[in-house]
Amino acid sequence: MEIPRHWRLKKQRYALVGEVCPHCDARLFPPRDVCPECGGEAKQPYTFSGRGEVYSFTIMHDAPTGYDEQAPYTVALVKLVEGPVITAQLTDLGEQPVEIGMPVEMVTRKIRQDGDASGLLVYGYKFRPVMPGVAR
Amino acid sequence: MPNHKLARGVALVGAGMSKFGAFKGKTSRDLFVEAYVEMLESVDLGINPKEIEALYVGNYSCDLFEGQGHIAPIMASWTGLNPLPAVRVEDACASAGLALREGILAIASGMYDVVVVSGVEKMTDLPTEKVTDTLATAADVQYEIPAGFTFPGFYAAMATAYMHAYGATPETFMRVGIKNHQNGSMNEKAQFGATISSMMEGRKASAAKKGLPIPEWKDEMDFLHDDRANPIIAWPMRLYDCSPISDGAAVVLLVSEDLASKYSRNPIYITGTGQASDGALHDRQILTSIPSARLAANQAYQMAGITPADIDFAEVHDCFTIAEIIATEDLGFFEPGKGWIAAEQGDTSRIGPKPINLSGGLKSKGHPVGASGVGQVVEVWKQLRGQAGERQVPGKLRYGLTHNVGGTGQTCLVHIFERRD
Repeated sequence: MEIPRHWRLKKQRYALVGEVCPHCDARLFPPRDVCPECGGEAKQPYTFSGRGEVYSFTIMHDAPTGYDEQAPYTVALVKLVEGPVITAQLTDLGEQPVEIGMPVEMVTRKIRQDGDASGLLVYGYKFRPVMPGVAR
Repeated sequence: MPNHKLARGVALVGAGMSKFGAFKGKTSRDLFVEAYVEMLESVDLGINPKEIEALYVGNYSCDLFEGQGHIAPIMASWTGLNPLPAVRVEDACASAGLALREGILAIASGMYDVVVVSGVEKMTDLPTEKVTDTLATAADVQYEIPAGFTFPGFYAAMATAYMHAYGATPETFMRVGIKNHQNGSMNEKAQFGATISSMMEGRKASAAKKGLPIPEWKDEMDFLHDDRANPIIAWPMRLYDCSPISDGAAVVLLVSEDLASKYSRNPIYITGTGQASDGALHDRQILTSIPSARLAANQAYQMAGITPADIDFAEVHDCFTIAEIIATEDLGFFEPGKGWIAAEQGDTSRIGPKPINLSGGLKSKGHPVGASGVGQVVEVWKQLRGQAGERQVPGKLRYGLTHNVGGTGQTCLVHIFERRD
């Protein structure tokens, strides 16, 4: 990914900032300035809690360019507690089997590396299992 | 969503396709010409190419696959159709289905009486990982792809959701692949003209010839469970759950209904067309169905004035085996959650009550992405006219259907075809 594009998206990537619709109160991610629920203008930023559950997932064995070193890895659709579903990689799984409905939370991690070892490192959100018994 | 009738009827009077496969020495133009010539020859009463008024070309990405843009006028030039209007349309893997719809709308509007509709793709010049990257641009490259997803991954996530909701297993998907390879083994245009069991026997024979230990697979299912023979691509989707990387072209001839008998002794009428769009997979309320397919199907059924029960057979977009099961539910052939049971019972086999993918589907026939939607039409044309040879469905056929998906369902087109006699 080119640096300018990454720069443009960095707020969403690092802090999970979306939007809230002032007309129908829908929470939007990704932010797009127009509410897909009611069609009204929705430019008010909204920071998501980063908590949610696994909506569905797969384990990638045949990885795309830039992700080969991580394979096999688990990618998921995560349903945030605020409503939207987000596409992200799962991390810090250890031996834990992934299941639909499993509670997860957002963390910031290295997403990919462009080109060779000197290439651009891209950081962004991933989700990890919520540790049982940890107060929040 | 409002639905409208066509202002005048449209008939299919010719259809041809290149062989689908991996052709080192052929370009998209070569494949296009092959399909075009076969289309001309298929017109019962002949056509003077000077009567053609416009060309529609479905193509996903000659730009990235071959480094060639602006391909519609080139295809026209290679077939002697310049200076006719030549239109390229793109909706990912539904590009050819879209070309068909645009051709239908152009005739229905009264603008043209005779148009050529086509699809073409040449994918095998690039190495596999570059093909995967090119296909990935049909997803959201800002919000989906950075997670490390690929198209097999998206459909695998749909498969995981489907198994969780309804109890299907990876074996269910394997049975879809076995069935489609069975059908494709009877299609001389298919990329894999072989059943899975004959491919398995071929592997054994090749090991024996090289003096290597001969693998001890009991049957097709045993072979498909072997991680070395059938590696996991994105769990639960394995290699044999995925359609291949393919080259190919398909071309059909559409005319206004009143001209059908001028060209054909047995024209096929296109009585229903439907199309819908959607956001990324994460923007949907459901992962076990493709909402745009349901919308497109309902429009097409309404326009044709028929119900899913009337459809005799269908060519559906089985880019992955899970996609075929979901398609048979979205098209109303089976209730939600029951498609996998129907597949396991053999209801979708060639001799079952609802034959699906008689051509072998994208899985076995091949998936040159921008050509697949018109490739499906070629099969419907053959089946409805009783020209499908060994794989012909027995009995009298009246209605056939095509279901062509772009991405994970950001686009879907459904068309209904009728034989009248």
